[in-house]
Amino acid sequence: MYFLKRILFAVPLLLVISALAFSLVHLAPGGPFDHERAPASPEIERSLKAKYHLDEPVWKQYCRYLGDLAHGDFGVSLKYRNHSVNDIIAQSLPVSMTLGGLAFCFAMAVGLPAGFLTAARRGCWPDYVGGFLSLLVICIPGFVLAPVLILIFSIKLDWLPVALWESPWHMILPTVALGLYFAGKISRLMREGMLQAMQSEFVTAARAKGLGENTLLLKHASRLAVLPVVSYAGPMLADLLTGSFIIENIFQIPGIGVFLVNSSMNRDYTVVVGLSLLYAILLIGLNLLVDFAYTLLDPRVNYE
Amino acid sequence: MTLFRRARRFVSRARFIFGLGLLLSAGACSRHEPPADVTILNGAEPESLDPAIITGQPDSRVVLGLFEGLTRPDAKTARPIPGLAERWEISPDGKIYTFHLRTNLVWSTGEPIRADDVVYSWIRVLRPETASDYAGQLYYLKNGRGFNEGKIKDASLVGVHALDPFTIRVELEHPTAFFLDLCAFQTLNVVPRQTIGKYGDRWLMARPLPSSGPFELVYWRLNDKIRLKKNPRYWDAANTQSEIIDILPVGAANAAINLYLHGQADIVWDKELVPVELLDVLLKRPDFHTFSYLGTYFVRFNVTKKPFDDPRVRRALALAVDRERIVKKITRGGETPALHLVPDGTANYLPPDGLSYNPAQAKKLLAEAGYPGGTNFPRFEYMFNAAAGGGAKTHENVAVELQEMWRDTLGIKMDLRQMEFNVYLGAMDRLDYSLARSSWIGDYNDPQTFLGMFVTGDGNNRTGWSNPDYDRLVGAANGEPDLTKRAKLFQQAETLLVQTEPPIIPLFFYVGINYFDTNKISGVYENLLDIHPLQTIRMLKPPK
Repeated sequence: MYFLKRILFAVPLLLVISALAFSLVHLAPGGPFDHERAPASPEIERSLKAKYHLDEPVWKQYCRYLGDLAHGDFGVSLKYRNHSVNDIIAQSLPVSMTLGGLAFCFAMAVGLPAGFLTAARRGCWPDYVGGFLSLLVICIPGFVLAPVLILIFSIKLDWLPVALWESPWHMILPTVALGLYFAGKISRLMREGMLQAMQSEFVTAARAKGLGENTLLLKHASRLAVLPVVSYAGPMLADLLTGSFIIENIFQIPGIGVFLVNSSMNRDYTVVVGLSLLYAILLIGLNLLVDFAYTLLDPRVNYE
Repeated sequence: MTLFRRARRFVSRARFIFGLGLLLSAGACSRHEPPADVTILNGAEPESLDPAIITGQPDSRVVLGLFEGLTRPDAKTARPIPGLAERWEISPDGKIYTFHLRTNLVWSTGEPIRADDVVYSWIRVLRPETASDYAGQLYYLKNGRGFNEGKIKDASLVGVHALDPFTIRVELEHPTAFFLDLCAFQTLNVVPRQTIGKYGDRWLMARPLPSSGPFELVYWRLNDKIRLKKNPRYWDAANTQSEIIDILPVGAANAAINLYLHGQADIVWDKELVPVELLDVLLKRPDFHTFSYLGTYFVRFNVTKKPFDDPRVRRALALAVDRERIVKKITRGGETPALHLVPDGTANYLPPDGLSYNPAQAKKLLAEAGYPGGTNFPRFEYMFNAAAGGGAKTHENVAVELQEMWRDTLGIKMDLRQMEFNVYLGAMDRLDYSLARSSWIGDYNDPQTFLGMFVTGDGNNRTGWSNPDYDRLVGAANGEPDLTKRAKLFQQAETLLVQTEPPIIPLFFYVGINYFDTNKISGVYENLLDIHPLQTIRMLKPPK
């Protein structure tokens, strides 16, 4: 019931988001058909605007847009005039989702054990080394990390391809470059969660009952410790799945992140609004999933 | 024990996830396709492949492989040679062209290409509902402009008609020396009527896509790859050198050079794909080729704004620019200093002398204008655009250099203002600036493509400059069938533009830069327009 309400509430939220995105991008100076080379006659610009209904008042354009949207049509890209926004999403979202999914798995696979280990060996050298490394990868931005990875693994060692998106080998470097930051974040969250859980009363009680330290950590503490990670994982996954402009640009990956950024520079109105909505849908959906996961992980949480 | 079991479960789960990931990626990438003969890095993703819509150079390089016009650019010189038309006659007054199509023309799908298709393609460009940015390329046709602007409704009044299935009669508004060049320009290429009628604006998604050029489109994946294969039905297919060509839209210079050096790409032919920081090293390599290019980098004055309404001030600023310093210190790609707007080597033309570096004269002029040593000269702004890639840095560096030159020589103070591209364009259009960075790339090899822009009221003027003598000279040149007289008229016009009362300061002529190994690739030639027909390109040695 609670989740049904949440889903219903998402509809007006999406409407507000689309209206905001629509009006903001139309407010930005310039338009999608501005070129360094002015057309030979002002009539050319006029017919361009007429063709894509940009000569109508913005509210009317927005209503038209909503009407199309109700039929699942995000409209035609104004920059890539042969492609609809649906085409762009259909072609590039799977790529970004694959990369984002891989990076998510990588971040989890590295971050969770690292956080667990640093917490379990608190105050010993694994804690210091892990803490230092996680801080390091959080601090290095993608546009530094990616070229360094290319330099080491592609140019110097010649193990992996320098760019493009063709075989599983091509996916390794972008996955690491994208996922490492999140791995660092997760390991820190996991460590904090573990330390807090280990101080909680039920762990002390369990320890007093004579439960082994390993069982205690793995079975009881980790389940509670993972909660902050789960709440972080929702938005993080939405972030990862919608692509990264920097990583896609450096590795020449045909994902959606490049469109997300370039469309606003190009004033490609339909693409900006369409992709904003897509991002919003993903974010809302994943947050819902996170809340649902909470009910499974933490018996204290009950939404009814 | 528990720990061990847990660990095993974790490992098995991790293996599952990793396996799933691999499977996913393998699914996304199981492309069993033959390798391309040649792979080309082409710059930004094409906005379209529709000849009527495209404006950018990366787009046109692909489109020229798919669709042909009555003429086509020669691979070596980029001058027009017979394409779909095998010959033509021009009337003595230079206004009537009669083209004779080859009789063996067919679309890649097998249907014949006839004179009607040419007429259809040109009229389509002019139809307001096509909304073609470059419809102006057909304003040279009689009634072309009126039809495009909606003032003339009847398409049969436009000066292009099919006399019979193989003959096309073209009537021009006035003699146009570069009309055969225009016939080779992508906007005038011949496109498939039936397919467009059936699919409308999405006609390029049709498969098979009928093409009139040497290649067919296999697929076009956004931001990923365009694959072309040889069109066996093209009239000159015997001379098409490669079976499959891959064109990758790579926008980042660093990725381009990495891919090239690792053998993933054979040809890189966009200047934006040369990392500016490495220019000094790269230009020494034998596989880096630079050549003159039909483009000029210049500064616009807003002549409606004080103190730049005074031609003496504008001349003073132009005389104080040491262009040698800019090309040696900043651009460093072999660009040549520009004293005039129309690049050296442009056909049918001999440019005039402009204002060369002369600090003493500059100071004198500024004093005459009432600002001796720069006293009382108002502070002003120089506007330039932020661009993706290496271009942005160049604009900024040029701006800083100019700022320094004018401060040192003339004692005047200039502020720099970097703007987002659309904002910058808007400010120029509204004449809301003092000085602005500018550039112009010629569409065809003729002075008109440069000089036409500063006629009063032209959308590209963007300076507020208006000179009746200039308008008259350019107008007369456009109506002049005699090429020598025409060149003289254009030269007089350009003298006004760059010497007498300049609304612009030309800084340098662009160079084109391509990189490919001449021991491995043949058929790519350097020319003024940086056009490289795909059909002549060939891999000499089979790839590793």
